[in-house]
Amino acid sequence: MPDPVPGPSPVGDSKPNPVAASADAWGRESAVRVALIGNPNTGKSTLFSALAGVRQRTGNYPGVTVEKKEGRVVIGDRPFVLIDLPGTYSLAPRSPDEMVAVDVLLGRRDDEPPLDMVVCIVDASNLERNLYVVSQVLELGLPVVLAVNMVDIAADRGVTLDLARLERQLGVPVVPVQAHRKVGIDKLAAAIAAIPAGSQISRSPQSATDTTARPDAGRAGVARVSPFPEAFQREVAALEQLERRAGVPVLPRYLLERLLLDTTGYLENAGLPGVTAELLAETKAARSRLALQGLPVPGVEAMSRYQWIAGILEGVVARPKQRLVTTGDKVDRVLTHRVWGTLVFVAMMVLMFQPVFWMAEPASLLIDGGKSWLGDQIAAAVPEGALRSLLINGVLEGVGGVLVFLPQIFTLFLFIAILEDCGYMARAAYLMDRLMSRVGLSGKSFIPLLSSFACAIPGVMATRVIENPKDRLVTMLVAPLMSCSARLPVYTLLVGAFIPDRYYLGGWFGLQGLTMFAMYAIGVVMAVVVAWILKLTLLRGVTPPFVMELPGYKLPGLNIVLYRMLERGWSFVQRAGTLIFAVSVVVWAAAYYPRDIERVAPELVKRQADAALAVARLEAREAELGDQPQTAPGDLETARQELEVADDLLAGAMLRNSYLGRLGQWIEPVVKPLGWDWRIGCAALASFPAREVVVATLGVIYNLGADEDEESESLRETLRSATWDGSTTPLFNVPVALSIMVFFALCAQCASTLAVIKRETNSWRWPAFTFVYMTSLAYVASLAVYQIGIRVGG
Amino acid sequence: MSRTAAELRVGERARVVRVDGMDEISMRLLEMGLTPGVELELLGKAPLGDPLEFELRGYRLSVRIAEARRVAVSPLSGDS
Repeated sequence: MPDPVPGPSPVGDSKPNPVAASADAWGRESAVRVALIGNPNTGKSTLFSALAGVRQRTGNYPGVTVEKKEGRVVIGDRPFVLIDLPGTYSLAPRSPDEMVAVDVLLGRRDDEPPLDMVVCIVDASNLERNLYVVSQVLELGLPVVLAVNMVDIAADRGVTLDLARLERQLGVPVVPVQAHRKVGIDKLAAAIAAIPAGSQISRSPQSATDTTARPDAGRAGVARVSPFPEAFQREVAALEQLERRAGVPVLPRYLLERLLLDTTGYLENAGLPGVTAELLAETKAARSRLALQGLPVPGVEAMSRYQWIAGILEGVVARPKQRLVTTGDKVDRVLTHRVWGTLVFVAMMVLMFQPVFWMAEPASLLIDGGKSWLGDQIAAAVPEGALRSLLINGVLEGVGGVLVFLPQIFTLFLFIAILEDCGYMARAAYLMDRLMSRVGLSGKSFIPLLSSFACAIPGVMATRVIENPKDRLVTMLVAPLMSCSARLPVYTLLVGAFIPDRYYLGGWFGLQGLTMFAMYAIGVVMAVVVAWILKLTLLRGVTPPFVMELPGYKLPGLNIVLYRMLERGWSFVQRAGTLIFAVSVVVWAAAYYPRDIERVAPELVKRQADAALAVARLEAREAELGDQPQTAPGDLETARQELEVADDLLAGAMLRNSYLGRLGQWIEPVVKPLGWDWRIGCAALASFPAREVVVATLGVIYNLGADEDEESESLRETLRSATWDGSTTPLFNVPVALSIMVFFALCAQCASTLAVIKRETNSWRWPAFTFVYMTSLAYVASLAVYQIGIRVGG
Repeated sequence: MSRTAAELRVGERARVVRVDGMDEISMRLLEMGLTPGVELELLGKAPLGDPLEFELRGYRLSVRIAEARRVAVSPLSGDS
């Protein structure tokens, strides 16, 4: 029998409350909207995944660089929308990005329906600092459920918690969870479902006048009292009265408090409604009055909140008298040690890239094999012509080219996820901060730059850990200068073909290896220079502060690590895959059309046709003869060689005649000072969407067909013997090879990276800037390398 | 006698007296729990001497020397 009187059900009752769910319960409007908020490193994303399951949607809040993550879940029979807010230590907005969470929580965003409740997640072993943001959330007047995560780790550290007492003293439901083991998730869901619906009332304008007791606070029997001293509350009330008298829109009380507390000037200039010159003047006067009473702004906030927290935690937390030295502590002693810490760090960085290659290699070969097999199948099923060429040379080569790198990317993501989850990333940032601060960055920029050696896309995404927006932007803009795995094929090919295989110092230092290292080094050096210049000019600002929590070590959870790896890997496939696909088709079309080769070079078409006919005839005869001794064993071989030559010549002529080829010849004057002919220019041009296509493009251009890979000796040989059009002067020499490699090391030849920068910065300005500066840098650097090279080495 | 948190010896404990400044960095230090009266301990320094690692309110916080200079402390005697 249904409950005749709809009302709040007690905490812990898993029976869903019927009020909110209407007949159209699946509609977006009627779903109960729950925000998830908490400090970084509290397992918030893990809890989000545990609650929301796979039904997630990610995007961006318009105008800012904050990721918007939503999940839908049904608890009992009510639909809920979970909103994952960015991890934060405090709800004190000092930038548009930080304002997003406050606006979502206050229901001030036009594109978001207002919230119904908030789930705060806190780290059980550090309730004191974690409750800071909770005290701010409580002031917003929304119903709150507190999820106390990692209770097992707190217990390991000898911390005992009286959560029943915490629930009484805090006045909101408190649920212990172990998000990484999915323990306590059901209880948390039940507590969420037990919150009475229709909480929007509590955010009506009238409630702003009510200073202390919150409309929903009575439910748990404890009034939520403002953590601020009387004098402060009176000043806030006075500001509110001022707005009322002036007849301007009255700000939510929380924002008025923030206006009074924000001494950085952000909120004053944030264009909030109702913020008049008079109000600002009064705010300043109020700060002076408070300072005289021993309540200096901004210090008063932290002091009041931590005092309030001390009261709430009274009798809740019992720590061992003597701090237990945990295994994590012992490990940390080594990992942050002056000598050992540095050694472990260097070893880790070197080793990290080794498994990325050997672990991923078999899978890469498998994908490559699959690609060839699929190509053969298509060749067998689709008749020769534009469609076959599009499918094989455009789609398969383009998309396949990306998929071949997937194992490397997944492996790197796996290692990064492990390092993140066990807590080492924060130590790496701690160890590297001093070096990074020399160029005006902080230790937090180190990890994204490190990831960029494998691929700039995860690198750019990893900049999210950097809170300072300018810092984050600089890191993002220099990340593509790190030599990613897609540059390796180019280096391998050219180093193998043109750098002498000499060894120095008893065979320890090979010239080829040193050249390879120089290519990686030039990217790093340029990144340092560019970052330094950007911090002095365009993105001028003080060296950002480095105030960072060093979270405790823990064993990485298998689920979390795999989940993060798959999540990031999949978004890589989606983003890079779709873009590469489109671009591959465009490049293919530019290199394929116009098909008027018969008009341009009829003699080559005839020669190829004759050769094909000759081979077919000889093969037919051979088949007829069967096991009989062959009359002229060399004939077929010769005919096949002739066909191969004719094929190559025809392909070359077609390419010269294609739109891409014409463009290449048109830009030759520009690339000639770099020591390049039109064909290299063409290959470089075709590589702008994705630099790894250059090997295939060089193969086509130098009349070899598109099946070359960097290990092929014949492509090396062909490049060595290539000459300038219509002369016998060799095209390639050491300066030319170096000039090409330097160009590839520094150029922004990766549309996916630019697309990710666009996504992360929410503007086309920064990818455009990255493209222009990197391309100019690449041009100037390879010009210098070539011009100096021919003068020094001849 | 007033010193700053940047001048503590490794292993030394102290009580925060005040945090200077009204900008974002000071606000962040306050929010992270460096409020007057709280006890902290310098646990160690990064290999290059900067940043520093403190323990306070049951967790570990890393700040640069430049930021630690804003935190005036009074060392706790007999516990170094």
